[in-house]
Amino acid sequence: MELSGGEIIAQFLHDEGVEYLFGYPGGAVLHIYDALLRADKTKHILVRHEQAATHAADGYARSTGKTGVALVTSGPGMTNAVTGIATAYLDSIPLVVLTGQVPTGVIGSDAFQEVDSVGISRPCVKHNFLVKDINDLAETLTKAFYVASSGRPGPVVVDIPKDVTDPNIKIPYTYQQSIEMRSYNPVTKGHPFQIKKALELMLQAKKPVFYTGGGVVLGNASETLRTLVKTLNFPITSTLMGLGAYPSSDEQFLGMLGMHGTYEANMAMHDTDVLIAVGARFDDRVTGHLEHFCPTAKIIHIDIDPSSISKTVQVDVPIVGDVDDVLTSMLELLKDSDSSGKRKMQANDSAAMKDWWKQIKQWRKKNCLRYNKKTKTIKPQYVIEKLNEITDDDAYITSDVGQHQMFAAQYYKFEEPRHWINSGGLGTMGFGLPAAMGVQLAHLDKTVACVTGEGSIQMNIQELATCMQYQLPIKIINLNNRYLGMVRQWQEFFYEGRYAMSYMDSIPDFVKLAESYGHVGMQVDKTNDVEDALKEAFAMKDKLVFIDFITNREENVYPMIAAGKGHHEMELAPDSELV
Amino acid sequence: MRHIISILLENESGALSRVAGLFSARAYNIESLTVAPTEDPSMSRMTLVTSGSAEIIEQITKQLNKLIDVVKLNDLNVSSVQHIEREMMLIKLKAPASARAEIMRLTDIFRGNIIDVNDDTYTVELTGTTEKLNAFITVFDCDSILETVRSGVMGIARGSSSLHV
Repeated sequence: MELSGGEIIAQFLHDEGVEYLFGYPGGAVLHIYDALLRADKTKHILVRHEQAATHAADGYARSTGKTGVALVTSGPGMTNAVTGIATAYLDSIPLVVLTGQVPTGVIGSDAFQEVDSVGISRPCVKHNFLVKDINDLAETLTKAFYVASSGRPGPVVVDIPKDVTDPNIKIPYTYQQSIEMRSYNPVTKGHPFQIKKALELMLQAKKPVFYTGGGVVLGNASETLRTLVKTLNFPITSTLMGLGAYPSSDEQFLGMLGMHGTYEANMAMHDTDVLIAVGARFDDRVTGHLEHFCPTAKIIHIDIDPSSISKTVQVDVPIVGDVDDVLTSMLELLKDSDSSGKRKMQANDSAAMKDWWKQIKQWRKKNCLRYNKKTKTIKPQYVIEKLNEITDDDAYITSDVGQHQMFAAQYYKFEEPRHWINSGGLGTMGFGLPAAMGVQLAHLDKTVACVTGEGSIQMNIQELATCMQYQLPIKIINLNNRYLGMVRQWQEFFYEGRYAMSYMDSIPDFVKLAESYGHVGMQVDKTNDVEDALKEAFAMKDKLVFIDFITNREENVYPMIAAGKGHHEMELAPDSELV
Repeated sequence: MRHIISILLENESGALSRVAGLFSARAYNIESLTVAPTEDPSMSRMTLVTSGSAEIIEQITKQLNKLIDVVKLNDLNVSSVQHIEREMMLIKLKAPASARAEIMRLTDIFRGNIIDVNDDTYTVELTGTTEKLNAFITVFDCDSILETVRSGVMGIARGSSSLHV
């Protein structure tokens, strides 16, 4: 089959089984777009801004586990995509971003819409390629998909000069599904000796706790984790990125840990003697002050990326490997010792474990997420709780960044992995709506809600048009407090209440705005109306509904560990806020 | 502590900037960096001199290994490895008639070669450890040194162990 560069790209995406390509056309990618018109398997989704293309591809990837794909033009198209690429990089999301480039002959001449895409994206990609020759195109695409999706996943940029996709130059094409790279061989199998050592340590523990992260979700290890945690009867806490990997409703689950984590999770972290970190990276929002982090614990760390291990916290038993593979080996070792008895593993001291659970129960009694539900003005927490009640376990929740993100993480009880879609690492405002588009397209018959605020939603509000064009019935839960809430909270706590620029004047009428795009808009300003409004909105199965909740202005996210403090120094909501 | 890290990497455009970019992005030190193709033209060999605590050096080697273009690397300053290191310097010296004999004598002592001569200057080629090159510089006063150029350190492990694919 003789194909041009543009046709090779279209055919490759077809052969690779890419369902959706999120993109925006421009000069440097016109040949590709022309070829794509004839692609029947891959559907192109026209976004309204290149940042949204990468976020939508990202949302698709997070909710399915497949690689998300975006196509943007050179210059500003590429620079607009950078925020989305960096977002995916910080959360290890498999993306392939095809960027147009000026023709090879003029690269470096500051040509129209030229930027050094490879140079600009280098610090925020897993890898990137510049394809200078059509003969390298197909193989580079194979490499890009392989690198993006294997090992610790991440975004890969493929920069394609316009002349490489010239419709008049055709070469033979065959689809190559896999490829060997001598410089890239991600480890998958954990070292058996380390696994055994870790398990022995776990079984000697008196106050163990699992601390699990996004790696469990990315590594599809949720089932195995659940079995292991149940078998051992250990408590478990999760990072923001790991929510859903273990069911929130289970009694062994302590809730999220870290800066806005639960009292019981953070106290368990502080007191534990054996910490089992699984697919988590000891992020500063999780650890608090490193000097106070798990002061008495031996630490086991399972991660597929060797550079994650002992990066910020020195660990005692590192295990490099695929999380699911390592947890499965642990389960097998436990089973072996049960049945044959040839190499007995001592089970945990039951009295000690009883005491540990008793202690955890004490911490739980603080009921750290309680808040006053009887206020007239709407509490944002209440909206999330009602949202949780109304939607089923199979609903997908995306969020933007700020207070609403934390409320969603705290009050929505995630039961399944890949259902909580948020920008944890980079903290990208404007992520929620475009990500929800990718999620909805991947799961056309499922409920998708985007929890956002009036600040974040305006960062990619133009995507309401994309949602209309493709009839995406996303429900937008706008927690509108007329402040950049998280910024305001920090200003209240740490800047003596000087609210510099955290107030937004001229907030649009979101109801009219939604309607002008052809969607349904609703505004709710009383607590009593929240539940009915949500029910009404979610009953409109085929419509995008924008629900603008006018919430309590100066609500704070609690509990909170201030920057520089340890897990045991967290602050709970003052009683004055609870009446 | 100072570490010499030998790296085999794909001889592709941008590979060098990935390494250099990693060091600046993560605020690691680079004391010197030298790179050239190997006997296999598809690969380059880089020698990188850096410094930091044991934890930082561990992160540096892990982060380097994570770069897709890095095929293999070796830290030459670990207890299990003995190594040889060399650096080359070209140094241009003022050479008035009165100083010529002394320059030639010093060049001999340091086992260097005079590789260019004209009416006013000598250019000396000198190979050795960083300390040796530094020592050579210090025997001349600043005024008599017109120019120096150094290759940066190259290193190789002693014995039969080798860095190859």
